Amino acid sequence: MNLNLTLVGQAISFAIFVWFCMKYVWPPVIAALEERSKKIADGLEAANRASRDLELAQEQAAQTLRESKEHAAEIIEQANKRANQMIDEAKEQVIADGKRLREAAQVEIEQDVVRAKEALRAQVSVLAYAGAEKILGATIDEKAHSEIVEQLAKEL
Amino acid sequence: MAIESPTTSAYIQHHLQNLTFGQHPDGSWGIAHSAKAASEMGFWAIHLDTMAVSIALGVLFLWLFRMAAKKVSADTPSGLQNFVELMVEFVDGSVKETFHGKNKVIAPLALTIFVWVFLMNAMDLVPVDFLPVLANWVGVNLFGATDGHVYFKFVPTTDVNATLGMSLSVFALIIYYSIKVKGVSGFVGELTLQPFGKWMIPFNLLLEGVGLLAKPVSLALRLFGNLYAGELIFILIAVLPWGLQWALSVPWAIFHILIIVLQAFIFMMLTIVYLSMAHEEH
Repeated sequence: MNLNLTLVGQAISFAIFVWFCMKYVWPPVIAALEERSKKIADGLEAANRASRDLELAQEQAAQTLRESKEHAAEIIEQANKRANQMIDEAKEQVIADGKRLREAAQVEIEQDVVRAKEALRAQVSVLAYAGAEKILGATIDEKAHSEIVEQLAKEL
Repeated sequence: MAIESPTTSAYIQHHLQNLTFGQHPDGSWGIAHSAKAASEMGFWAIHLDTMAVSIALGVLFLWLFRMAAKKVSADTPSGLQNFVELMVEFVDGSVKETFHGKNKVIAPLALTIFVWVFLMNAMDLVPVDFLPVLANWVGVNLFGATDGHVYFKFVPTTDVNATLGMSLSVFALIIYYSIKVKGVSGFVGELTLQPFGKWMIPFNLLLEGVGLLAKPVSLALRLFGNLYAGELIFILIAVLPWGLQWALSVPWAIFHILIIVLQAFIFMMLTIVYLSMAHEEH
């Protein structure tokens, strides 16, 4: 058991090896290990998030579908209502128009009747005069008998 | 038993002698050609075999891991990266279990200890004569050494200098972090004011000082003792008649795989534990 300089030599080479290992071997390997474990953790988390997202998306899709169905039903209902309304309006319009036309025609007819009566009345008095003249054979005083004639005409 | 050794004990001693470079008593520098010459060199000598094998294994470890670390990616790993990640995760887990503070040194330190010590221990599984015979051939044919006087003890952790070199480095880190975390007064207080309070300071210092010094010594001697004993048994098996060798060598080698990994792991774990203790206030 000779203790000699080998001890110092061993200590020095040991120190150099430890230094080299500490500087050039340990950090890259441990960094890679940490990076990989982080990657795995990230991957697991991403998978979790994705499945949660998928669930959420499905729920949202169902929701949207339901909403759009409701919306469509609403639109159809409104359209129906509107159509009915339009039909009603059109009907009312037509009825009103018809009524107005009929009234206008009525008024015109009445006016025509009145006008015809007036014309007839005028001609009746002339005819009466002419008839009376012929019957009596003599001229009669127009002024004296006009009252009678007019009364006659009114009675027509 | 390729090296022509006259006796069994000479064969065993030959295998337990390091290739030592240092200053001879007569003042000249060179490689010791006998165990006696090596021990006469005193402290200012160096075991070339221990240094060469341990540095080669350390470089192999770092080269392998650096190659993987350069190409490392967070995508699906393959091949070498798998292996390196396995080791790093294992060590990182062990460190995080024991040490709860923030320290950039401990985890790479633990990885280096584990892999390096494992590789050095694993040299134990190389048949006991392969490398010494090769070294002998190289020594005799390329350097003109005397046949049988080239020593090559190729398991660095069976050299107490190697294990003590590491454990003293760890010891230095223990003291450094103790002082850094608790301050000089905190560290001194820890050594003197417990377990018996301020009226027993010398006794406390004795207890705690022994406890502190026992850490590097036990760390080094545990590893050294296990591997030295294991290697010795391999050598003893190699002395047996060749027909018996595999019958004993194979079971021992299989059992030794456990010891190799276990001792590397224990060295690493104790280092982590000691350093986390250095970070904790009492």
